[in-house]
Amino acid sequence: MDFLSEHQPEMLPGNRQLPPTQGVIEAPHGTTIVAATFPGGVVLAGDRRATMGNVIAQRDIEKVFPADEYSAVGIAGTAGLAVEMVKLFQLELEHFEKVEGAQLSLEGKANRLSTMIRSNLGMAMQGLAVVPLFAGYDVDREKGRIFSYDVTGGRSEEQGYAATGSGSIFARGAMKKLFRNDLTEAEATTLVVQALYDAADDDSATGGPDVARRIYPIVTVITDDGFRRLTDDESSEIARSILERRLEQPDGPRAALL
Amino acid sequence: MSTPFYVSPQQAMADRAEYARKGIARGRSLVVLQYADGIVFVGENPSRALHKFSEIYDRIGFAAAGKYNEYENLRIGGVRYADLRGYTYDRDDVTARGLANVYAQTLGTIFSSAAEKPYEVELVVAEVGETPEGDQIYRLPHDGSIVDEHGSVAVGGNAELISNFLDQRHEDGMSLAEALKLAVQALSRESNGTQREIPAERLEVAVLDRTRPQSRKFKRIVGRQLARLLEANGASTEAESADNGEDSEESGSSEE
Repeated sequence: MDFLSEHQPEMLPGNRQLPPTQGVIEAPHGTTIVAATFPGGVVLAGDRRATMGNVIAQRDIEKVFPADEYSAVGIAGTAGLAVEMVKLFQLELEHFEKVEGAQLSLEGKANRLSTMIRSNLGMAMQGLAVVPLFAGYDVDREKGRIFSYDVTGGRSEEQGYAATGSGSIFARGAMKKLFRNDLTEAEATTLVVQALYDAADDDSATGGPDVARRIYPIVTVITDDGFRRLTDDESSEIARSILERRLEQPDGPRAALL
Repeated sequence: MSTPFYVSPQQAMADRAEYARKGIARGRSLVVLQYADGIVFVGENPSRALHKFSEIYDRIGFAAAGKYNEYENLRIGGVRYADLRGYTYDRDDVTARGLANVYAQTLGTIFSSAAEKPYEVELVVAEVGETPEGDQIYRLPHDGSIVDEHGSVAVGGNAELISNFLDQRHEDGMSLAEALKLAVQALSRESNGTQREIPAERLEVAVLDRTRPQSRKFKRIVGRQLARLLEANGASTEAESADNGEDSEESGSSEE
């Protein structure tokens, strides 16, 4: 990163000159990302829709990426900028690991991402914000951890579950009622897909499972075995079983009243 | 004021080459071998922190003999080159050939520049392919030339002796355990024809394994895994070491 800013500064996102603009720039935006921890790891999942104003720009966009062996980033906000930010983030983690011979700590990775978001503040003021969710397995503390961000790069660690993007309010509400501390890995993956379903239910910019086109949410799991993305079969299995239950109960599982 | 002596360019170059070769010969040797599933790096290295082998990129590994600070410098340069290239274009566009060329240029320039002392290093850049035919191994001596190697290569102190030994015995399609055993045998040969023991904790071993599911194929083999691989040969090695048991005892005193 330091090397890049010295030798080819034009390749870094923060160093570009922006033309003055009026109004909002139209570009594809990614929508909802959710994460939840379970004993032994963390799951991170995202829907597949990208929107540009009222138009669906892409139905099968991928918004969850491995950052390295033990962490992943889910992106909400301007898709083009976010994907570039993730690419640079991946590069930095790998570069550090190779040069130093050791991985950055999870805190270190989270801080680094924070700086990168802050460098995008100028763009964010023009409506091109990038707000990722960072999840990883902390090898030292032996547990999954989630970090959420705001547009200014403010970082906060979330306990249990977190969501970002336009459908996050609804997803967070769903997880609030369904989350427990003793979820298994399989239950945690079901929880995040439930939350995404609820987000898609109430937020027009979030895409639900698309059975006709076989487009299902991307679900990733990070444990001490490292990063793993559920195969299409596995995630379609989860999405279909949820869908089936929702045919009877459209609002999903009911939590106890008291 | 005294007039500087005239030194012919030939003599100057020969002196510099001699200087670099001597520096490299002081270091321990290391070997790089092809095996069925990839490429294995084996060397004797008493230090756990200062590595002789390292990952440059997804499929590219780096090995160096000679002066640590000099090859570490080149290694970081290589990682930067590879990461920058991969970020600018695509991960597939980073190749061992390109990297070897950059190293050759750097070493060549330093070697022939009168202002700098020549680097006392010899490098190996290896790239693992989809199939054994796609594997590439380049050896880069101190003067900036490139040698395209196949099968096995040795650099460092007893390089000539070791590579002769390897050339005779290395076969295509060896298993990792077999290749490792051959490498250790080769490294434990002394210039006076005797053998010495290299304990497992002094060995540094790394592989570029084409069967790894991750895109990054480089992996260090340490601790239990290394012990298990060495043990896999245990039965056959013991039989042999009974034969040259006398040799290895002798070599204890002839070490260094």
